[in-house]
Amino acid sequence: MKEHGKATAIKRRSLRGDSLTGRIIKNWELYLFIAPAFLYFLIFHYGPMYGIQIAFKNFIPTKGIMGSEWVGFQHFERFFNSYYFWDLLWNTLSLSFYELAIGFPLPILLALAFNEVRNGFFKKTVQTITYAPHFISVVVMSGMIITFLSPSTGMIVKMIEFVGIDAPAFLTDPRWFKTVYVLSGVWQSTGWGTIIYLAALSGVDPQLHEAAIVDGASRFKRVLHINLPMIIPTITILLILNVGNILGVGYEKVLLLQNPLNMDSADVISTFVYRSGLVSAQYSFSTAVGLFNSVVNALMLITVNRIAKRTSDTSLW
Amino acid sequence: MAVKAIKESKTDKLFLTANYIYLMVAFIVVLYPIVYIISASLSDPSYVSSGKMWLFPKGFTLNGYKLVFENPKIWTGYGNTIIYTFLGTMLNLVITLPAAYALSRSDFVGRKFFMGMFLVTMFFNGGLIPTYLLVKNLGLINSMGALILPVAASVYNIIVARTFFQSSIPKELQEAAYIDGCTNIKLFIRIVIPLSSAIIAVMALFYGVSHWNSYFPSLIYLNDEAKYPLQMVLRQILVLQEMTAETTGSAVSGDIAIAMNNKAEIASLVKYAVIIVSTLPIIAVYPFLQRYFVQGVMIGSVKG
Repeated sequence: MKEHGKATAIKRRSLRGDSLTGRIIKNWELYLFIAPAFLYFLIFHYGPMYGIQIAFKNFIPTKGIMGSEWVGFQHFERFFNSYYFWDLLWNTLSLSFYELAIGFPLPILLALAFNEVRNGFFKKTVQTITYAPHFISVVVMSGMIITFLSPSTGMIVKMIEFVGIDAPAFLTDPRWFKTVYVLSGVWQSTGWGTIIYLAALSGVDPQLHEAAIVDGASRFKRVLHINLPMIIPTITILLILNVGNILGVGYEKVLLLQNPLNMDSADVISTFVYRSGLVSAQYSFSTAVGLFNSVVNALMLITVNRIAKRTSDTSLW
Repeated sequence: MAVKAIKESKTDKLFLTANYIYLMVAFIVVLYPIVYIISASLSDPSYVSSGKMWLFPKGFTLNGYKLVFENPKIWTGYGNTIIYTFLGTMLNLVITLPAAYALSRSDFVGRKFFMGMFLVTMFFNGGLIPTYLLVKNLGLINSMGALILPVAASVYNIIVARTFFQSSIPKELQEAAYIDGCTNIKLFIRIVIPLSSAIIAVMALFYGVSHWNSYFPSLIYLNDEAKYPLQMVLRQILVLQEMTAETTGSAVSGDIAIAMNNKAEIASLVKYAVIIVSTLPIIAVYPFLQRYFVQGVMIGSVKG
């Protein structure tokens, strides 16, 4: 497709002999097309980037971003030296890695399994149902978790008790918070996550399978030695994207599931930023914490991308 | 396909059986909670809370739905959400489609600059507080603008739309239109848009669902309860557990109050019903639109 576009572009250019300015003037409307998006990103994404400077200032709303005085790394030092720093970092990292370890491989497994089923009613039905939870809002999802895990009436608690075991206090025991968070995420997003792998699997050349069958390879071996290696580039890209977000645990769900009793393991950097910044109005301090978070994420992304590029030739850029 | 002609060997049959079992387990694990909620919303809450209702509704009742629909907060929430979703999605489309089209044109000078500028925001952002302060300085606090302007476009969706335009709109159309003296604006409105109903549907769905499900911006930017979208009302009921017989207020008529004197049970019944009611619009359209959603994800996955 790209080749094709390039070829016609070159043809037209040579036909009319356009110069660079000529091309800009001829397509002036395209700048009109992109202007709203440009303004949007400039204002609502680059605007806040300008505001990051308050992490190094003592921001006083009446003085504005420019007028507030510089204090250097004071807020960062305060955060790094605070007693909750290591707890927050540990909670954030462990929750992310836990989620990555469980939530990342499952869609791949499910997609490989789907791919073995020929198109039919069964496949359609299972897919429709497993995709569905993706559309449940985070508020409803949290509500479901709270309802199902309610110690007195919760469905899951009742099921566990039915087997004859005492159900743990899922939502008030800090030891259970991460598992509840991760497994509910698996329930909600595994099915949806298969789509992208299924797209990659549909591109596998059937001739590879035919050749393998002639060589006497079983279905399982073909999945292992043909299908799986063929989707490795897709897996790598998604892994890079996921790792780049390692400190960005979806704070919406964490925030909704937090309560004073599970706070020990449920407080992550992003919810801390929300609380200290918007609830307690410590603007500069929580901006500094947020900036620390973003910088670590960006560094992670760059590092993992570099490793992937070197080891597998697959990378985001 | 020649592959089918060859008989399945024993190991293959075993593998396929294990495969089907795995898929069945996944299917049941995902389906069961959904069925449970539907059944629980239609059951006598005493059966639900005692664990006697496992699969199908027991002691059928529509009281949960009655209470939900009698709650004025739900109605205003619904109304607000519909307005925010509709206007928000329109704005999203008006920004995304032209931008994506411009970026899809190989003769558009500066596309790399714009694409780069947009992409950076995917990996680095100002963070919560600077964004909040910006919205505040723009005077958008407690207004609809705070809910739709900061999310007026998404980079991911722009890329999806751009990939669609690149791969589905033949360049020859553009050539022909030029020869006929057509301007870019006319070309876009008269030719590109009518050919792009699939991607417009995909974009409207992606953006629409995210507006419908969004709660965090309203949590931080709205302080007037009358402006709360449905998700904020749900948060009060489902997460903060503020829904008791009292908050349903006068809605609880004498008969019902006598019939169900257990407030906790009423509250849990309402919870199940409210989950269904709030998710219903998406559930209702989802089976028909599923292929569009899938199509959107697949276009997005094509690297370009």
